[in-house]
Amino acid sequence: MNPKSALPWRSITLALVAVGLIVLGLGGWLTPVARLALSPLVAAQSWLSERYQAIQFYLTAPRDVNELMQRNAELEAEVAHLQSQIIELQQQLGEYRVLAALLDFARTFPDYSYLSASVIGRDPSPFVHYVHIDRGSDDGLRRGMPVVSQQGLVGRVAQVTANAALVQLITDPEVSINVRLQPSDADAVLTGSVTGDVSLTMIPQEAKVQPGDLVLTSGLGGNYPPNILIGQVTGVRTRPFDLFQSASVQPVVDFNRLSIVLVITNFQPVDVSPLIPTPQAP
Amino acid sequence: MRVRLVTIPLLALLVVFESAVLSRMPLLHGTADVVLLFIIAWSLQERVQTAWPENLAGGMMMGFISAYNVLIPLLAYLAVGALARYARRRVWQLTIVMMFALTFIGTLLLHSLAAATRIVGGTPLPLGEAFRVVTLPALVLNLLLAAPVYALVRDLADWLLPEEVEI
Repeated sequence: MNPKSALPWRSITLALVAVGLIVLGLGGWLTPVARLALSPLVAAQSWLSERYQAIQFYLTAPRDVNELMQRNAELEAEVAHLQSQIIELQQQLGEYRVLAALLDFARTFPDYSYLSASVIGRDPSPFVHYVHIDRGSDDGLRRGMPVVSQQGLVGRVAQVTANAALVQLITDPEVSINVRLQPSDADAVLTGSVTGDVSLTMIPQEAKVQPGDLVLTSGLGGNYPPNILIGQVTGVRTRPFDLFQSASVQPVVDFNRLSIVLVITNFQPVDVSPLIPTPQAP
Repeated sequence: MRVRLVTIPLLALLVVFESAVLSRMPLLHGTADVVLLFIIAWSLQERVQTAWPENLAGGMMMGFISAYNVLIPLLAYLAVGALARYARRRVWQLTIVMMFALTFIGTLLLHSLAAATRIVGGTPLPLGEAFRVVTLPALVLNLLLAAPVYALVRDLADWLLPEEVEI
């Protein structure tokens, strides 16, 4: 047999087989066969690739550790920065909530002009209940102006300097405020104490006062504007031989967490002392 | 003079710290008085020649920042400072003991003056309750802080007034 004449037939046969395999492959007929054939190859390739990567990691580890350390430091710095931002934003959110509540309060009493101030300190002496605020006479503050918070009455301005003021809280032992109880509509006098507790005295015996009654400023005496909430009656003491009833009050303002207050700037306290009769000499 | 340039601003910082921070951390209703402690500790220092300017400045600053009459802290600080100077010459080897004793006396003196002023001013002040919830807790806080304040002030005095060495 002439080898030169057999060569084209062999080539044609191989080409036909190749074309046939391609056609079968494109038609999807060889998929099970290919899967069987490729599975060991894929497994072997995966095994080899993992080992290669492990060796590569081992060989390049020192350089990567440095990079990782640098990256870690950068990320830690970024985390610290973001955490400080979160704290700042939380603080701003807290201030925003307080200011929103103060705005609500101001809307409730639209006749008054308000000036917001931050509480910057407390009186160092434990026998008095005063706080320092960061507004003073330069901002228009005057002695006697009432101070409120979003919850209710805080006190009034007692001393003023150019850029700070001292506010006497309603819990101060020296304080006495004319108040009105709701719903009984009875008048009483609210007094502070050295412990910071506030109580009511001079409640008429015939008044029906109950725990839960609201305590509001009455406006009598001219030191405070009327109808500002002070607190709630928590207990009443009635003794038949007393001239008046007394009661304990839970203030609505949390004086330990006081941070921002509003000063009512257009309220002029009235000095009634000249009207109080003095005993005449015989 | 150089010493006063350090001690007077330091007292001002202590007054601010007391008003802004310590007064917000009461024990019952008593608070610590670091200005009083500083004045006692400073007056007890052997190398300090005159301590009354610090006592005077501390008293005036406290009187200015507080709603009290300025005379109350002024008198109390000057008195306790003078007592410390007097005691220093007699029990100079036991200054830390004197620190505790004078802290006790100084706190009681200051609170007594404050309470007396309120009572004289017509404010009803239940003395027993005031002693129990204000003075005793303040005394505990002051006694707790007395030793660290004394140590810090002694270091400050050593730094400001170094011992002279003869060569």
